[in-house]
Amino acid sequence: MSVTVRIPTILRTYTGGRAEVAAEGATLAEVIEDLEKHHTGIAARVLDDQGKLRRFVNVYVDDDDVRFEQGLQTATPDGAGISIIPAVAGGQ
Amino acid sequence: MAAQTVESTTDSTVDLGPAAALSCRECGHRVPLGPVFACEECFGPLEIAYDFSAHDTEELRKRIESGPANIWRYAPLLPVPADVADKPNINPGWTKLVQADNLARELGVEPGRLFVKDDSGNPTHSFKDRVVAQALEAARAFGFTTLSCSSTGNLAGAVGAAAARAGFRSCVFIPHDLEQGKVVMAAVYGGELVGIEGNYDDVNRFCSELIGDPAGEGWGFVNVNLRPYYAEGSKTLAYEICEQLGWRLPDQIVVPIASGSQLTKIDKGLRELVELGLVEDRPYKIFGAQAEGCSPVSAAFKAGHDVVRPQKPNTIAKSLAIGNPADGPYVLDIARRTGGAVEDVTDEEVVDAIKLLARTEGIFAETAGGVTVGVTRKLIGAGVLDPSLTTVVLNTGDGLKTLDAVAGTGLTATIRPTLDSFREAGLA
Repeated sequence: MSVTVRIPTILRTYTGGRAEVAAEGATLAEVIEDLEKHHTGIAARVLDDQGKLRRFVNVYVDDDDVRFEQGLQTATPDGAGISIIPAVAGGQ
Repeated sequence: MAAQTVESTTDSTVDLGPAAALSCRECGHRVPLGPVFACEECFGPLEIAYDFSAHDTEELRKRIESGPANIWRYAPLLPVPADVADKPNINPGWTKLVQADNLARELGVEPGRLFVKDDSGNPTHSFKDRVVAQALEAARAFGFTTLSCSSTGNLAGAVGAAAARAGFRSCVFIPHDLEQGKVVMAAVYGGELVGIEGNYDDVNRFCSELIGDPAGEGWGFVNVNLRPYYAEGSKTLAYEICEQLGWRLPDQIVVPIASGSQLTKIDKGLRELVELGLVEDRPYKIFGAQAEGCSPVSAAFKAGHDVVRPQKPNTIAKSLAIGNPADGPYVLDIARRTGGAVEDVTDEEVVDAIKLLARTEGIFAETAGGVTVGVTRKLIGAGVLDPSLTTVVLNTGDGLKTLDAVAGTGLTATIRPTLDSFREAGLA
């Protein structure tokens, strides 16, 4: 599955400054693995030592927060848009 | 340590008073002061590290006491330049600490022991003015000319007002289906108000993406890229409560929880006052209050967890409806460390508590105030809050903002304009 991943500013050092990159994978875990292949070091910023999504990282597959879906096992259909966003604490 | 002395890593062109650097709350990674909010190492929240080394306690106390009747009396403890009071800002704070003896009687608290910190007295009628005033100063320091935020109401009004006073452009993003009253309260200040087709989480996500895009360059989002500065505004609630109690820590304090930021910053403020010698170091307990329809932190506290499982909010307390509160784990730490608790109340209990506070103390609270008063009542009933100790309950906004919550409240009687009719209705 080919997807597009939006990269937050603080991770763009790994993507040569690019705000959007292409990646492959049928699940979010596979997409992150593929990102790591092409942008070494990026996975360790998004995942913790246990390989789980870091607490302050929000990831959306299209419009869905993966924490309300299957987390890293959330399916990433062909053409999906994935956004990695630092969690912002409230303030409404 | 909240008041630790740190070596400055500040960009020398940025004057934000005692603010020395930004430090990651999770991993301690430090970066110079700037419009950033997430740690480049671990995505953790960045917060201000201060250099308070220059302060003599008694001089500082005198300086504060002779300062303006707003949050800038605490300028030496905030990320703002020393001359902040001379700059155009909304100058919030120094709101009333009401000794609530009538409410105390109803709740079985000893007279003289219960206080309501009534932040509805701020310029746009909620505590948000405190945090926005801080963010405005940061925006000025970083050369931004547009002030922005994602909002469901209170924040939009505070940003609009602050931008108007300071001569900034404001462009605020809200869910497109927000209640008309809130839209008016935000739009009246003349800034741009943009409805986003989606809920608050969608608006927040959009703003986070806008920051990373050239279209958002030069924009200060008070609750996103200016968040470390913005959040510090909540410390002033702690400072004011202690000063208004005669430079004394309260024994117990009940704080509403949305993201949890306010509660964590109140704790930070209390600890700073202790470390600076402005109050005596004695134990205090912090209690968190949520609505049952959005109670992820309360649920985690009761279950003994140290992580917070997100919820989809469904409550009338919309200003607290954050289902995935980023500071939730910190709230759990603080409640447990201080011997406090986190509790929640139903929407019906929120409404009852709004009415209770109004009829006993003449304070009309927004739903968040109903949550804190309701939780206070519940915790006293459960023997968790000690009614013999000095307790401060926060009301963070004006009831006029959430009229729908008490819409069923109305006329006692309708009569003809005659004395007979008055008597017949049993009103004499």
